[in-house]
Amino acid sequence: MGATAEAHLHDDHEVHHHKETFVTKYIFSQDHKMIAKQYLITGVLVMGIIGIFMSLMIRMQIAWPEQPNVLFETFLGKWAPGGVMDADIYLALVTIHGTLMVFFVLTAGLSGTFSNLLIPLQIGARDMASGFLNMISYWLFFISCVVMIASFFVEMGPAAAGWTIYPPLSALEMAQPGSGLGMTLWLVSMAIFIASSLLGSLNYIVTVINLRTKGMSMTRLPLTIWAFFVTAVIGVISFPVLLSAALLLIMDRSFGTSFFLSDIFIQGEVLHYQGGSPVLFEHLFWFLGHPEVYIVLLPALGITSEIIATNSRKPIFGYRAMVASILAIAFLSTIVWGHHMFISGMNPFLGSVFTFTTLLIAIPSAVKAFNYITTLWKGNLQMNPAMLFSIGLVSTFITGGLTGIILGDSALDINVHDTYFVVAHFHLVMGISALYGVFAGIYHWFPRMYGRMMNKNLGYLHFWVTAICAYGVFFPMHFIGMAGLPRRYYTNSNFPLFDDTTNTQAVITMFAIIGGTIQLVFLYNFIHSVFYGKKAEQNPWRSNTLEWTAPVEHIHGNWPGALPTVYRWSYDYSKPGHDEDFVPQNVPLKEGEEELQH
Amino acid sequence: MDTTVTTGTEGKTWGGGNQPLGASYGKLMMWFFIVSDALTFSGFLAAYGFSRFKFIDAWPIADEVFTHVPFLHGQELPMIYVAFMTFILIMSSVTMVLAVDAGHNMNQKKVILYMFLTIIGGAIFVGSQAWEWATFIKGDYGAIETKGGNILQFGQYVEVDGQEKFKRVALADFAIAQEGDRVRHERKNGLWFQSEGSLPTYTVNEVIAGFEANPDLQIRTQIINEEGEKTVLSRSESVKQLKANGVGVVEGANLRVNEYGSPLFADFFFFITGFHGFHVFSGVVINIIIFFNVILGTYERRGSYEMVEKVGLYWHFVDLVWVFVFTFFYLV
Repeated sequence: MGATAEAHLHDDHEVHHHKETFVTKYIFSQDHKMIAKQYLITGVLVMGIIGIFMSLMIRMQIAWPEQPNVLFETFLGKWAPGGVMDADIYLALVTIHGTLMVFFVLTAGLSGTFSNLLIPLQIGARDMASGFLNMISYWLFFISCVVMIASFFVEMGPAAAGWTIYPPLSALEMAQPGSGLGMTLWLVSMAIFIASSLLGSLNYIVTVINLRTKGMSMTRLPLTIWAFFVTAVIGVISFPVLLSAALLLIMDRSFGTSFFLSDIFIQGEVLHYQGGSPVLFEHLFWFLGHPEVYIVLLPALGITSEIIATNSRKPIFGYRAMVASILAIAFLSTIVWGHHMFISGMNPFLGSVFTFTTLLIAIPSAVKAFNYITTLWKGNLQMNPAMLFSIGLVSTFITGGLTGIILGDSALDINVHDTYFVVAHFHLVMGISALYGVFAGIYHWFPRMYGRMMNKNLGYLHFWVTAICAYGVFFPMHFIGMAGLPRRYYTNSNFPLFDDTTNTQAVITMFAIIGGTIQLVFLYNFIHSVFYGKKAEQNPWRSNTLEWTAPVEHIHGNWPGALPTVYRWSYDYSKPGHDEDFVPQNVPLKEGEEELQH
Repeated sequence: MDTTVTTGTEGKTWGGGNQPLGASYGKLMMWFFIVSDALTFSGFLAAYGFSRFKFIDAWPIADEVFTHVPFLHGQELPMIYVAFMTFILIMSSVTMVLAVDAGHNMNQKKVILYMFLTIIGGAIFVGSQAWEWATFIKGDYGAIETKGGNILQFGQYVEVDGQEKFKRVALADFAIAQEGDRVRHERKNGLWFQSEGSLPTYTVNEVIAGFEANPDLQIRTQIINEEGEKTVLSRSESVKQLKANGVGVVEGANLRVNEYGSPLFADFFFFITGFHGFHVFSGVVINIIIFFNVILGTYERRGSYEMVEKVGLYWHFVDLVWVFVFTFFYLV
């Protein structure tokens, strides 16, 4: 009760006469809109560019192995003597690329930007439940970014055990150059990251539960909020298990325990480790690792639901089925981790159990895919860049998802495990899909964030080149994967078996370079539009959700007067009996009008 | 400035009530934090179960490890001490409930009293755990480590109430001291950058000599037999094992070796009880902060003792975790 009383005090006195200095407004801001922009710039733009640039260097090495490259010489310095990339730094690049993209860009960047921006605005709240924790969450994330990037500047280079950091590579300092200080920095960075993620998720969850405005019942929530909410719940459930794995690994690394190590010989010398099991680490890691896929994907799916409905000028098809499938995916995601470990030596019977649960996920995923298509069906489609990226997401979600059925089946997986087939699968279904979600979200909510419009034509260019290149990169990868080419190898030129794949690799790399470079157009469009874009109208996409009823100016507390009251769900598009083809949530029901059953 | 800038919903109604679960956002945050922390502990306990199952036929028997009670030297009293610790911790949960209840009634004096008792209970628990650790680290009888990393323990059959019972014998009671040339490697007497931990009191040869001089002694291995007891080797087998495989003397337990059996037992014991102890310790610190806030009348002025309730939630959670740790390490 006390907290409520306190909250009302804030409402009455502080919201409207809040003085902000430069530091409290732009740096140590507790305002969710500013924190969202901070996440966008650090998480998506800066870390995203670094991550994509790393992937280009990786691709160039794969396509033209051990050939001098001026890029390598410039950026890798001593790790590319004469411009030829060193094998150790190749492994490090693969590791850090994966870590940055999965955790920093698509977990913190995606959720951090859009959950922060949209949760209070779309549920009609003044701010997050705790602005202070929100600020701490961002700054912890910032520190973890700095620590992770700092690992590139240590003597032996960054962690190089893959983003999954399996022991013993990650546990023994002498295992490889990156296993020393680089690995320690990786673990420190991730520990900070987990703390940041936990604080952020706690905030998202309680804000959605407790701070909805009058009339905003759970069944009237936009699907974006449902997706962000469930994402945060998965985060709270799965990240702590990664924390336990990381803590045990730190014990093994620095204090001589044997949790993950047993019978290790190095140069004929027996180390003292006894009894541990690296498979145990895999279990703990993938208990996070698989839900992590949905932490990355669900927010993108939520964004897509919103954008597709808005731009089809149609109610979302099967609202309740969408919510149910989000919940089903969240539940199933926690009991499928074993499909990453079919060849780890795990009991084959367990493998068949995990095959079963994994294939079950196809059901809610298919529900979502079909609902998107049926929402588009006969819609009055508004093909703006956000919509194109959302449709692109549906496309890659389906193509990537289909190969997931193959990989989820242990009998089939064994044949293509750890090949480029897997790389193609997860890049399409979670990497590209989630990136499309990020782009769609930025194009769609840019007017809400900066009060200006992004350039449409550059957006079209960005989408079409990106879409063609994404398929150009990942579609051929399926085939070289089925040909047996293993992932993560520094070079395949020593294996005559794989000579046939050389040309395909070169083509893939060319697509990757074009696709990577075109992101500069997006970056230019973004920065240019922040300052010189066309002024946006209040509700440029004629959308129903509450964020478009709030003024664009930076107001602490979002709405200058009373909070809006909600009378309907957010998908009343093209509803008969209304003059416009959209009815915002805060418009009361007309006399005799019935709320849509959804 | 206050920590939260803006919060709050307006009015009391949406779909059914302002606070859907009758809980403020702060309390909900604590609940979800507890969920998250519970998953961290689950990760550890699952890892423990995984590893223990791997050595199901050779895992140390807790009743033989935790037998010590302060001031009662030389008596084997399994579980007594840990039962005392558990009792204290659960009683501190009871006093915490009473503090929360007194807070609901806005009874500052009682909140102070019960918070104080809770803090004392927590402090006793952490202290007891320190003693438990010290005892475990110091060890009991000592053992010999084999080439394969197994543990050989010593003892002899004695008649107790007409029954043959295997009674453990400490290394110190039979090992024959010899002149040795092996000295502890320290920075000052070897390479400047290398040093090692303290050497065991005896060498393997001293133990073997003592073992041969005492014909009653037998060796007990880690392997658990069908009766659920550790296997005892015959005298001739014992001598053979000791001479062929004994490579080092182990006294006590640490993160690398464990005289009671698998080193993983010690690894998990130290790590999980340590992690839990760290939680209790932080709980005590938080309780102390809240305790002083109560004394200063912060919550009296605020008109609500909800903070006491929130730390209470954390405290009960820490207790609940101990119940699981206690069950998995001591009881089963």
